[in-house]
Amino acid sequence: MTTIRTIRRRRPSVRIPEAADGARPVTSEPSSRQTPIVPPQTIAGRALTLVIAIMTFLASLTIGAVSLVDEAADAWLSDIGREVTIEVRRMEGSGLEEEIAEAVALAQEFPGVGGARAVTDEETRHLLEPWLGAGVDLSALPVPRLVVVTISDPAAFDVAALAEAVGRDIAGGSVDDHDAWIDRLAAMARSMVAGGIAVLALVLVAMVLSVVFATRAAMAGNRQIIEVLHFCGAEDRFIAAEFQRHFLMLGARGGAIGGVLAVVLFAMLDLTITDSAGLPGGEQIDTLLGGFRIGLRGYLAVTLLVLAVAALTALTSRLAVRQSLAAIE
Amino acid sequence: MIDRPVCDRVAPDSIHQGAGVGVIRFENVGLRYGMGPEVLSDLTFEVAPRSFQFLTGPSGAGKTTLLRLLFMSLKPTRGLITVFGRDTTRIGSRDLPQFRRRIGVVFQDFRLLDHLTTYENVALPCRVLGQSEASYRPDVEELLRWVGLGERMHVLPPVLSGGEKQRAAIARALITRPEVLLADEPTGNVDPPLARRLLRLFGELNRLGTAVVIATHDIGLMDQIDARRLVLSQGRLEVYE
Repeated sequence: MTTIRTIRRRRPSVRIPEAADGARPVTSEPSSRQTPIVPPQTIAGRALTLVIAIMTFLASLTIGAVSLVDEAADAWLSDIGREVTIEVRRMEGSGLEEEIAEAVALAQEFPGVGGARAVTDEETRHLLEPWLGAGVDLSALPVPRLVVVTISDPAAFDVAALAEAVGRDIAGGSVDDHDAWIDRLAAMARSMVAGGIAVLALVLVAMVLSVVFATRAAMAGNRQIIEVLHFCGAEDRFIAAEFQRHFLMLGARGGAIGGVLAVVLFAMLDLTITDSAGLPGGEQIDTLLGGFRIGLRGYLAVTLLVLAVAALTALTSRLAVRQSLAAIE
Repeated sequence: MIDRPVCDRVAPDSIHQGAGVGVIRFENVGLRYGMGPEVLSDLTFEVAPRSFQFLTGPSGAGKTTLLRLLFMSLKPTRGLITVFGRDTTRIGSRDLPQFRRRIGVVFQDFRLLDHLTTYENVALPCRVLGQSEASYRPDVEELLRWVGLGERMHVLPPVLSGGEKQRAAIARALITRPEVLLADEPTGNVDPPLARRLLRLFGELNRLGTAVVIATHDIGLMDQIDARRLVLSQGRLEVYE
């Protein structure tokens, strides 16, 4: 022990003066909890939490949007890739309905095919309605009739063999495997995802810079604490640990607020779309994106983002402490 | 002790003049900032164990700078400083805290942490050593009563008077019982009666075995104790034993 009490014990001849203020000993009980060495609630700390929350929210929204587009693009390609269409044109000397029925029967017998059905006249009119208006007389137009073939096992399905069989057995028949459409759609989907990733990268860079600068600004106000601790004989790692713990919690809190708000926003948008499923807008968004569900990957990415933000904040504070100590020494 | 209305001049024999190997030694120490002129030149002296000395000189003479050299906050540009027998240039950052714990510092601006109570400020050196509160609480309370802050231990520094802050800063510097106490203008913010009381406090500490260095430009204060004087003038030091 190195205190005055110990001094008195070691040197009994030395008189410890009585309390200078004449006060009787104060018998206050030990406080149940010590005040943190790094002040928990400061203006700079609250501002940093806000900056982290906002940047995490924006980054989480971007992650969610990229995840949404990525999953939607996968779904589009998968859905379209699992269908081929047999087109049957009216030919002289053959009955159209018979050829269609034969095409359906032919497709259904092919390996890897889950089902085949002819598009009805009503469905065809509905498809043409945006261009030709309502009540189109199909018999007066050279419009091919369609048979939609759904593929259940892509590995077993041979589109070339189907095309050959249709060409041989169905008068006026041909197979459209949507290759050109799939290629264009895939290119568009890849562009959208790449664009989203680029935006995400920019947002993440902006977030990292904002968090680093805001943390350093918050740390600047703590320079006196670092100095006092240093001159009290605190080891560098003790000081760094105190600040790192404080800023880790601060970063985690801000990150969690931003991440949770983004997830809640996605959930609310999804709920809104689900509620408006019967409305034209809702139906189109549902068809395009399959709702606003960001999926497990999206949730994992947001969670990782929150953890990364907390770690970044803690690491920045640690480096700032090291720099301050280096300047003091 | 501190409550006495007028601080009597302390008898010369009650102040340790120091003997033996100095706890801090300066040999031909010089300091310059950047490429500027030397602000301190050819300083050679030692702070002996259990000694008491004033560091004085006109404002701007370099008292605070010399104190910073004494507590290893600055490195000399030339010469040799040894602290507890070790060349300060050879003390790495890992070993530095061990040496700092043997030197108590009272800053001119107190440097109390405003969000901690007086008690917590004084207990800070124990806390950074990883001691449990139960182990140091009685000592901190006793020390606070000793410096006259027994009734003020659970208030925050912003509500303390200048003198109370000064005594809290002194208590914080003493709680781990350093071998050397360095105080920068410890009476600069208090009225003369309190200054005398603080001086008596430093005298008591010295009698308890702590080497004391007080930087001050208050001639009246120094006249109250017949102690060694280190006088800085134009960057050079003269020692009056």
